[in-house]
Amino acid sequence: MQRRMSLAGTTGVLDGIQAAAVPVRRRRLRLLPYALLAPSLLFLVLFTYLPVARVLVESLYDKPHGTGAATTFVGLGNYAKVLADPAFRQAALNNLIYAVGVLVPTIVLALAFALAVQRSTRFSAVLRTVFFFPSLVPLVAAASLFFFIFLPRVGLLDYYLAKIGLHGPNWLGDSDVALWSVIGLTVWKNAGYYMLFYIAGLQNVPRDTIEAAMIDGANAWQRLRFVILPALATTTAFVVVIALIQLLTNVDHVIVLTRGGPSNATNLLLYYIFQSAHENFEYGKAAAATLMSVAVLLAISLGSMRVMERGARGNG
Amino acid sequence: MRMRKHLPAALLAALLSAVAFLWASPFLWTLIASFRPESAGSAGMASLWPDFKPTLENFRNALDSGSFGLYYLNTLIVVVGVLAVQCVTVSLAGYAFARLRFPGRDVLFYAFLLQLMLVPPALIVPNLSTVVDLHLYDTLPGVMAPYFASAFGTFLMRQTFLALPRDFEEAAAIDGAPWWAIVWYVLLPMAKPGLIAFAIVSVTAHWNEFLWPLMVISSPDNQTLTIGLAAFTRGAEGGKEWGVLAAGTLLVMAPLAVAFIAFQRRFVDSFVFSGVKG
Repeated sequence: MQRRMSLAGTTGVLDGIQAAAVPVRRRRLRLLPYALLAPSLLFLVLFTYLPVARVLVESLYDKPHGTGAATTFVGLGNYAKVLADPAFRQAALNNLIYAVGVLVPTIVLALAFALAVQRSTRFSAVLRTVFFFPSLVPLVAAASLFFFIFLPRVGLLDYYLAKIGLHGPNWLGDSDVALWSVIGLTVWKNAGYYMLFYIAGLQNVPRDTIEAAMIDGANAWQRLRFVILPALATTTAFVVVIALIQLLTNVDHVIVLTRGGPSNATNLLLYYIFQSAHENFEYGKAAAATLMSVAVLLAISLGSMRVMERGARGNG
Repeated sequence: MRMRKHLPAALLAALLSAVAFLWASPFLWTLIASFRPESAGSAGMASLWPDFKPTLENFRNALDSGSFGLYYLNTLIVVVGVLAVQCVTVSLAGYAFARLRFPGRDVLFYAFLLQLMLVPPALIVPNLSTVVDLHLYDTLPGVMAPYFASAFGTFLMRQTFLALPRDFEEAAAIDGAPWWAIVWYVLLPMAKPGLIAFAIVSVTAHWNEFLWPLMVISSPDNQTLTIGLAAFTRGAEGGKEWGVLAAGTLLVMAPLAVAFIAFQRRFVDSFVFSGVKG
């Protein structure tokens, strides 16, 4: 909204001055903006627009790998195949559980962390660093660390659980537990990143509103529930959107830790796409699945724009 | 708040310290394990207590077992290459959107916006076909190409340029300076904070990237750090090699970690900006 306003408000003072001074250059300047955008547009077309068109077409054909058989038009056949594939259904369901399972605890933790470290003391600065640090390391490195944390019997988790007399499950080998282990890793990795947005958001909560609530006798919980949380609604909407996009497009840890297993228990949409294309060479299926995930991404983004516009209006 | 400062505040601090310790424990453990001699055996490998004489053996083994030097170099080439091209594309496009008026500007602006939603990882399959068609398969430029245009960077530079006063440019224009001289000598020096913020986000993203290079690269000579580390992790068997793997993981994380600790404020600001804008 602000973006659109500033777009319309930019007047070409510079253009005017130059037009008066050098009329010939003015004509060449008319093409200048397009020339400046050309390099970016070239790569946007090649790697954002063309691929969408490409999957749109490729998803309609069957292109057998390595057999030399001809490519045949199969219409919506690939979509039917993907939708009927138990692995795809499992991956879609897993991704949903994974998204909700990560989103809820990360947001609660991110907000709690932000509230805890918002004061500018030495102690808070150290805590901020500790909480944020996991989001700076490669997901692959986090997966390496957790590979050993989850190691049966000798890993960090089982070692310390044993000390207090508990016996953990096979964190990555048990198909009932594995997805939750992956969720745990992701919560640890992402919470500190979203904390940053809440810290920034908290700085915009009007101090006098909080003080007024205190004078009216609101306790800490009431201040959080009725003053701080509503003021953070836009921040939360932002965090939900970037989190959802992240949760649909990051599978590095799945590749390193579980390869989607055991028995598809940790298969996620992008891993399914990766596997179809990179390991099974089923391009038609991979294209159809890609297009479906693109549709979900667009739906999230477009839906979020409306939510955020409403949020912005609600906040005045 | 002031009244009940003592006991609850101390309790809160204790609780926070405990959570922070829990949060940091994977890193603490990695640090300790990487200096633990192999003779300590796998039974006590999970211990967080450094009850041994520290050794650099694990780092030596990690550096020997993988081609870490080569992986560092490849990652560095990708990160610097992407950033160098991006700096040009986003500065030019950011300038066009911030300072020039032309038909179709809003439409083109939305055309950029779409890249924030259709992030490259979602399009790995068709992009791989494009990279193959361009004869860039198994090359580092193939890894870099999808990132040469950056919607996020363009918006960031546009915002940065919009926030700059116009007086200097107008003075330069009256003196007859061409547009490129205005961008290069007047605007970019003032826009440095924006470029640095963008650079931090870009470098972090591409240093850490895994899935796309994994698909594009096939020969060992072109592998990046994350691919090497993943192969290393999958090759590790049980607790025995944890020391070496811990050392390897630290080596992969170290450059960004050091940069972060040195420039914390800048990192945090850049990341907040990156999220808010896309």
